[in-house]
Amino acid sequence: MADLSVNFAGIKAPNPFWLASAPPTNSGYQVQRAFEAGWGGAVWKTLGDPIINTSSRFAATHFNGQRVAGFNNIELITDRPLDVNLKEIYETKKRFPNHAVIASLMVEPKQDKWHEIVKKAEAAGVDGLELNFGCPHGMAERGMGAASGQVPELVEKQTMWAKEAANTPVIVKLTPNITDITATAWAAVQGGADAISMINTINSLAGVDLDSWNTVPNVAGKGAHGGYCGPAVKPIALNMVAECARNPEINVPISGIGGISNWRDAAEFILMGAGSVQVCTAAMHHGFSIVEDMIDGLNNYLDEKQLASVEELIGRTVPRYSDWGNLDLNYKIVAKIDTNTCINCNKCHIACEDTAHQCIDMLTSPDGNKYLQVREEDCVGCNLCSIVCPVDGAIDMIEIPNGPPMTWNERQAAIRQPIA
Amino acid sequence: MHMNRMKDRSISLTDLASNFLEIEPDLTAKEAMDEANRCLYCYDAPCITACPTSINIPSFIKKIASGNVKGSAKVIMDANPVGASCARVCPTEELCEGACVLNDASQPIMIGNLQRHATNWAIHNNAQLFKAGAKNGKSVAIIGGGPAGLSAARELARLGFDVTIFEAKEKAGGLDTHGIVSFRLPQRVSMWEVEQVESLGVTIRPNTMVGRDIDPEEIMAQYDAVVLAVGMASVPPIGIKGEAAKGVYDAIELVESTKTPPMDTHLIGKKVVIIGAGNTAIDAATCSVRLGAADVKMLYRRTEAEMTAYEFEYEFAKQEGVEFRWLTSPVSVLADEDGAVKGVECIRMELGAADESGRRRPVPIEGSEFVMEADAVVRAIGQTRYVSLIESFGLTHRWGTVKVDLTTFQTSNPKVYAAGDVIFGDGQGDAMVVTAAEQGKQTAYSIYEQLVGSGMAQTS
Repeated sequence: MADLSVNFAGIKAPNPFWLASAPPTNSGYQVQRAFEAGWGGAVWKTLGDPIINTSSRFAATHFNGQRVAGFNNIELITDRPLDVNLKEIYETKKRFPNHAVIASLMVEPKQDKWHEIVKKAEAAGVDGLELNFGCPHGMAERGMGAASGQVPELVEKQTMWAKEAANTPVIVKLTPNITDITATAWAAVQGGADAISMINTINSLAGVDLDSWNTVPNVAGKGAHGGYCGPAVKPIALNMVAECARNPEINVPISGIGGISNWRDAAEFILMGAGSVQVCTAAMHHGFSIVEDMIDGLNNYLDEKQLASVEELIGRTVPRYSDWGNLDLNYKIVAKIDTNTCINCNKCHIACEDTAHQCIDMLTSPDGNKYLQVREEDCVGCNLCSIVCPVDGAIDMIEIPNGPPMTWNERQAAIRQPIA
Repeated sequence: MHMNRMKDRSISLTDLASNFLEIEPDLTAKEAMDEANRCLYCYDAPCITACPTSINIPSFIKKIASGNVKGSAKVIMDANPVGASCARVCPTEELCEGACVLNDASQPIMIGNLQRHATNWAIHNNAQLFKAGAKNGKSVAIIGGGPAGLSAARELARLGFDVTIFEAKEKAGGLDTHGIVSFRLPQRVSMWEVEQVESLGVTIRPNTMVGRDIDPEEIMAQYDAVVLAVGMASVPPIGIKGEAAKGVYDAIELVESTKTPPMDTHLIGKKVVIIGAGNTAIDAATCSVRLGAADVKMLYRRTEAEMTAYEFEYEFAKQEGVEFRWLTSPVSVLADEDGAVKGVECIRMELGAADESGRRRPVPIEGSEFVMEADAVVRAIGQTRYVSLIESFGLTHRWGTVKVDLTTFQTSNPKVYAAGDVIFGDGQGDAMVVTAAEQGKQTAYSIYEQLVGSGMAQTS
């Protein structure tokens, strides 16, 4: 049994699995149920001046029969009075002193507003604060959320204001609706952030109803962009976490958010530098009990890897993430088809033939059996065939010795070198 | 069982053992992943309620989907110490799969096969899933190492008891090891479950029949509690003339003979008549087919509607080529001059008024006697009870069904508990392996409560 407990920027939790600031953490009742189910922490649904929500708020993208590949919402921050939330935070913390309770905060970009809400949240006994600079809809139109999170100067300044009043660690939650997330991450660090978390949701429209021509979702026949999350956004989030993790000037812990649905996703974020992970969509789809397999699965995985604690896993893949210019141009892999495992769907052939490099031949053996074969000399090792192959183990990408390593950057440097 | 997933059913007459290889293949990795991802992960799932051992089915399926197969096997085996066997023998159509909410929407999840997939992983990796508890100083004797006995032993060991199983046969596992057709449940699966129990420090004393090799009094004196889990005994005589002829078999013994090589070659090309129409009778019939019999008929004095075999078993037997002769009752077994079976004299029946069980009573049609040719006859009309053993412990019983308090599993002697087939019958319980497993588990918790302390038994 590995030690799953984490100390994230000074916030201690029995495990790295936290609920993200979202509908599942709207009330003390919910957060306490989550802790009973095993969640190690919860970021309370964003506190601020109560808002009015619309009716009809969520929509999802289903993909080929699997429900909720992606999830879209136009819900805003908490619609409950601040003092009610604070009272429930206090009660929750009292009942679960060892679990992490973090208050997500959003106020107008004014120093006194930040001072006031930070003090109130801390008085309720929270373990940390998360500044919501990411909510992409509604609040942004009022100059908060993503509107301030897209301007590095505002991120820095507001972080500083929060830090002026805060005694607990301050996490800055970043929006992905920006060209380079390291710019706002760096600004947060400049403002004194103890940690950063990412990603908030991505601007999205879930769909259009082909019968009514309404947007999905719609409010009385009218739609507005929402925020996208769920399994579909994982690769985007993972890259953003990784980009921040490998940037030496962003040297604060990262809480990974975005499409994490099971222990495997969590382990990937942790390997990519996350010190804790936050989950919302998967819990909204299946309930709080999913955390049981997250804990059990991560535990068995760490045992298998002979790691005594989850802290030992953090960031192990970060050194392997770099710029394209540092990739070895001489590295060569080719596809190999195992005809015993192949079920002859020919998807690899047509993918290669129509859209890649025309190197998978459809052949017939002397005894009349059809089979597929890769012409290795023409294969560029793009992976496409193995991606579309529906059967595990039918296509392997095999490494071929191909001379000493040479990256693009090394190549350019060599070209610039005067000939002696 | 999923008929559409069954392998080629051609019977080899030269390699009989090959006829007894598992007939439904394991799920491939892809099948398992596709199926696991199809599970809805229902809340308060009806499949859990339908499982006598309350396995958290959505949880173990989710773990298959997440790649945590060890965790999956643990969820299964935690709730059911013979969960690998049950994956293969449970009438899932009547239990978990029958309750799956997808029955009406599309197809139910193949829960049994997914359970088999996860437990196969544990078997192949020889995973040690559980630990013995800290010793509590108490000892328990378990008589009978079948599903109920093993299940009680496993939980008692986890709760810190010193456990000894007295097993009459050479190998423990009971019905799972000896009595279920190999093409449904290979013996190695049951033996792995036995090993899992032994690895918790449980002592199994094989070839030790209580009453013959050790006295009940000795056991009663040496242990703090006794669990009687002896199951049921052999098939009784039908009570007709000529039954002692050569070539008359006991269905249970016939099935048992096919569990380990070498296979009996006597039935190759023969005509076999099975008397009875329960699940054991079907097993005897399908085993006869797989032992090379040319013609297998089942005689039943009632009709298809009254037969006690599961629907899928009946369907399977028909597909194996077994013929059914309804409303037909044996009158005598006919033998040749060497004393070997040459036929069965039968009489046709009709259904009369309902008897006390509510089923219509079969009545012979006078003058309808006829002879059915046969080279072998198999008795499969239920099982007798270990009455003298039960009485040697002084336990209250009715026709060999030991009376228990169904909440504590205590018999008329509070120091003696009973679980499994020994308490099945007379309106009490159910004869499934999975029921026996649950009773064994509950018996362990009851013993813990009585001997160690109140409150929930906590296992590790």
